[in-house]
Amino acid sequence: MSVVSGTASPDAGASKVVVELLGLTMRFRHQTVLRDISLQIRSGQTLCVIGESGCGKTVLLKLMIGLLRPTRGVVKFDGRDLASLDEHELTKTRLRFGFLFQMAALFDSLTIYDNVAFGLREHNLYDEETMRRVVAERLQEVGLPAGVEYKKPAELSGGQRKRVGMARALALDPEVMLYDEPTTGLDPIMSDVINELILQTAVTKKATGIVVTHDMKTVLKVADRVVMLYPLVRLRPDESQILYDGPPDGLEDHPDPRVRQFVRGEAGERLREMAQNRGNS
Amino acid sequence: MAVASPPTTTPAHHETPVHRLGEQVFDMVADIGDVGLFSAVTISWLFRRRPRWSTLVPNFYMIGVSSVPVVAITGTFIGMVLAVQAHSQFAMMGLATRLGSVINISLVKELGPVLAATMLAGRVGSAMSAELGTMRVTEQIDALSALGTNPINYLVVPRFLACFLLIPLLTLMADFMGVIGGAVISTQLLSVDSFAYWQHSREYVGGMDLFAGVFKSFFFGAAIALISCHRGFHSRAGAEGVGRAATEAFVYSFIAILFLDLTIGIAWNAMYRAIWPQSAGLL
Repeated sequence: MSVVSGTASPDAGASKVVVELLGLTMRFRHQTVLRDISLQIRSGQTLCVIGESGCGKTVLLKLMIGLLRPTRGVVKFDGRDLASLDEHELTKTRLRFGFLFQMAALFDSLTIYDNVAFGLREHNLYDEETMRRVVAERLQEVGLPAGVEYKKPAELSGGQRKRVGMARALALDPEVMLYDEPTTGLDPIMSDVINELILQTAVTKKATGIVVTHDMKTVLKVADRVVMLYPLVRLRPDESQILYDGPPDGLEDHPDPRVRQFVRGEAGERLREMAQNRGNS
Repeated sequence: MAVASPPTTTPAHHETPVHRLGEQVFDMVADIGDVGLFSAVTISWLFRRRPRWSTLVPNFYMIGVSSVPVVAITGTFIGMVLAVQAHSQFAMMGLATRLGSVINISLVKELGPVLAATMLAGRVGSAMSAELGTMRVTEQIDALSALGTNPINYLVVPRFLACFLLIPLLTLMADFMGVIGGAVISTQLLSVDSFAYWQHSREYVGGMDLFAGVFKSFFFGAAIALISCHRGFHSRAGAEGVGRAATEAFVYSFIAILFLDLTIGIAWNAMYRAIWPQSAGLL
């Protein structure tokens, strides 16, 4: 059995629940990745989902936007079960989300302009002139220089690609932004730039943010609520997969050593397991 | 709190060869069903939303125009090889002037369509599968969905239309080049009388023979597009996964071409005989 809503930002308590997960279980063939996850995410909140690699953080994000269907349980957006929506409604619902993918997932064959304009053009939201202005604004907001729109994604650095991915996600003015490991693979300065952009999006766009990350600097900078998942293979069947749900300042001194180890980046039990594996082999 | 805890993975299902065999059969049936579903969804999108020119034109160019040289070269050589191989046997029986009819009927009914389709599967099917596989593993297909665009409509429908509509033209190109290649070798190198060569060809090869070959090619084009896109969409992660998807796209497409060639031939012959009981089969 698992959770409940956590401590959000001071004004988030009064705001409505935008995303709700009820008893969510996700299984791929013989492997269960998520088990009985329940969460409520309120409007305006920035939630960071942390946990080791392979604990199901990205799967959780993809379930929220309907890119995956849960094996069991319900995903609700704005009070409506995603499974009950027809294709047209699901598409409309997805447009209320923005998704920054781990490796940005820019379309290789398109220019930066066409990448950022993609959603606007596909849904015929603006005429070409307005679209040009919106794309320029979004690229400016993420701090990319003029002229970048004529380049292809392969010509950009990792940090620039992430920022283009963010501009593309923001072009549709989403109510909820999903970030999948936004700082992975970036240098510390660029990581901080991305963190600032996440904060800026939360403040200026009033967008709810859900950030999947390993990076504790990101957590401490942007989160007003943190959920820590733990890999199922390391849990007993009766244990909740959510080890922590609360404000970021409660992580450091949490009574559960698994939470403290993750936050401090300590190998802990893993070193003993590695030694055992070496011994066995 | 205790840190070490027993894992909660499901017990292993691969314990005996019988389990493994059962699982493989199950996977195969699921795969076939999945291809059927994928095909049905693709065809349904053909009628739901017209693809944009910006997605159609590059695919038509890549699949159609870029395939012309390789299909033309293959067709030419097949015509020439047929002439060289068949000439000695026909000459021995004093039937060298009949060479044209045999070469041309073989080309327009069988070799032209099948070889054009095989070249398309090798050149385009593998490339489509690798491209879509890379898009799958780099999450570009998920990004399309996240932006409210149906990936099958955006990626598969233009490729399907390009293969389906352009393979008949490529088949005609292969037929034409094969006929020219066979004629050049027969009349110029093997000294077969040119008038008799073309006269016998005209008597034996009719418009319906040409139509029969072109008709089959529509099915080949559809099969290549659907199989290759399906493999790409279901590519596993990494370079190995994408490479495997590209290989599978060609192998499965080639098997499908041969299977369709046989079944369409049998079905059409049965239908033809039912309508014209005295005639030979059409395909």
